[in-house]
Amino acid sequence: MIRLLTIVSLLFLSTLGTWAQAKDSTPAEDREALRKYFQSKFPDIPLDAYKDGAYIFDPKARAQFEEIEEFPPWEFDVEEGEALFKAPFKNGKTYADCFENGGIGIAQKYPLWDEKREEVVTLPLAINLCRQANGEEPLPYEKSDLLKIQAFMAYTSRGKRIEGPEPTGKALEAYKKGREYYYSKRGQLHMTCANCHLQHAASRLRYELPGPLLGQTTHWPAYRSKWEELGDIQRRYKECNKQVRAKDLPYQAEEYRNLQYYMHQMDIGLEFNGPSSRK
Amino acid sequence: MKKKALILLTAMLAIASMPALAQNDMSSEKLRALGKKVVLDRKKGNCVACHVIEDLEAPGTFGPPLIAMSVRYPDKAKLRAQIWDATKRNILTSMPPFGKHMILTEEEIDWVTEYIHSL
Ligand code: HEC
Ligand code: HEC
Repeated sequence: MIRLLTIVSLLFLSTLGTWAQAKDSTPAEDREALRKYFQSKFPDIPLDAYKDGAYIFDPKARAQFEEIEEFPPWEFDVEEGEALFKAPFKNGKTYADCFENGGIGIAQKYPLWDEKREEVVTLPLAINLCRQANGEEPLPYEKSDLLKIQAFMAYTSRGKRIEGPEPTGKALEAYKKGREYYYSKRGQLHMTCANCHLQHAASRLRYELPGPLLGQTTHWPAYRSKWEELGDIQRRYKECNKQVRAKDLPYQAEEYRNLQYYMHQMDIGLEFNGPSSRK
Repeated sequence: MKKKALILLTAMLAIASMPALAQNDMSSEKLRALGKKVVLDRKKGNCVACHVIEDLEAPGTFGPPLIAMSVRYPDKAKLRAQIWDATKRNILTSMPPFGKHMILTEEEIDWVTEYIHSL
């Protein structure tokens, strides 16, 4: 455990320079340091551009991306998602009854710390909790209508800014766990998320570009050409873990939710632009 | 029965000593060819995912290009040590510890070292 923490703080120190008090730094300080890191490494890239992920380092892929977005592959999912979202449960209630503002324009607030449940709740989890509260079965987190409902909700948040209160108390503990996950070596290949998305965000891994940590949470769910369908950010977590031959975790595992919470905090203030398409 | 056991034992000894003989017999050219295969193999070294190497396809840029290696590593053992566990020199490196984490066998690391050293 001590070794792990040393690695975490060492990585903060080396990549983020002046960040001497890594373990005790606040989310706001972490956010500031992360932005400074990327801005000093890539001075030509404005903060607002990070919502487009790896495309900012690859003009050719970017042009392709923009072409795809003219006739977005997720368009019909949003339409179907809207119908699903509005269809009443057997008890006559709807999803709108579970959410703030009837579920419209709130996706940019997720994942959030749920005071009552005392845990991080992601948007797909919130959708399922709503179903269960109304006597319906939860939906699977991959290849299911859940993604369509999420896509519709995300669509109503387009153009808003990622937001969330500064974590304190138990929420701060969850944040710290997520942060530690990001900077810990894992898998047989012994790599951290930060190895690829901080140190080597703009490097080539064979033909792939990992892309920066900053902006990784802004655009979900995403239609990936590789998947040929919509998927959530945790599907990509699973793939990245597989890539380093690390232990796979089930969807919505506490570790993944805390990780997502940390990453969301880093993106506060960036434009929300889900659903999106990615290579 | 005794005779059978004796024959079996002799056969086993012969088989056991075969790889060693084969290894000694292998020209360094052959070792390099084996090493190159491991370097390219996605499930093994996959070194080209991160390093530019000669004219090999799909060169990555996580690590430095691997050129003039015999000049930069006059001591082959140092090169082998870097491949066996790169975190020893730099704890934050993204390069996987191929020997320490048994991603490659000791023999495969020998082959890779031969090949990389020849670059
Ligand atoms: C071995 C390198 C590597 C490691 C380690 C790694 N990733 Fe990735 N990651 C990638 C690559 C490459 C891509 C882009 C793939 C593509 O273009 O399809 C990616 C994509 C992603 C994306 C999607 C970004 C987007 O804009 O759609 C997220 C989110 C992500 N990674 C998070 C993580 C997390 C969290 C970890 C650690 C648990 C991690 N990654 C570890 C290489 C890595
Ligand atoms: C996931 C990325 C990655 C992979 C895969 C990888 N390396 Fe590296 N390698 C690096 C990085 C990054 C460095 C830079 C040194 C550091 O980080 O400490 C490096 C450094 C080296 C060095 C030292 C170069 C020098 O200039 O002194 C050698 C030799 C080397 N790698 C060989 C290999 C071999 C052989 C393989 C495959 C068996 C391999 N690497 C696979 C990332 C990688």
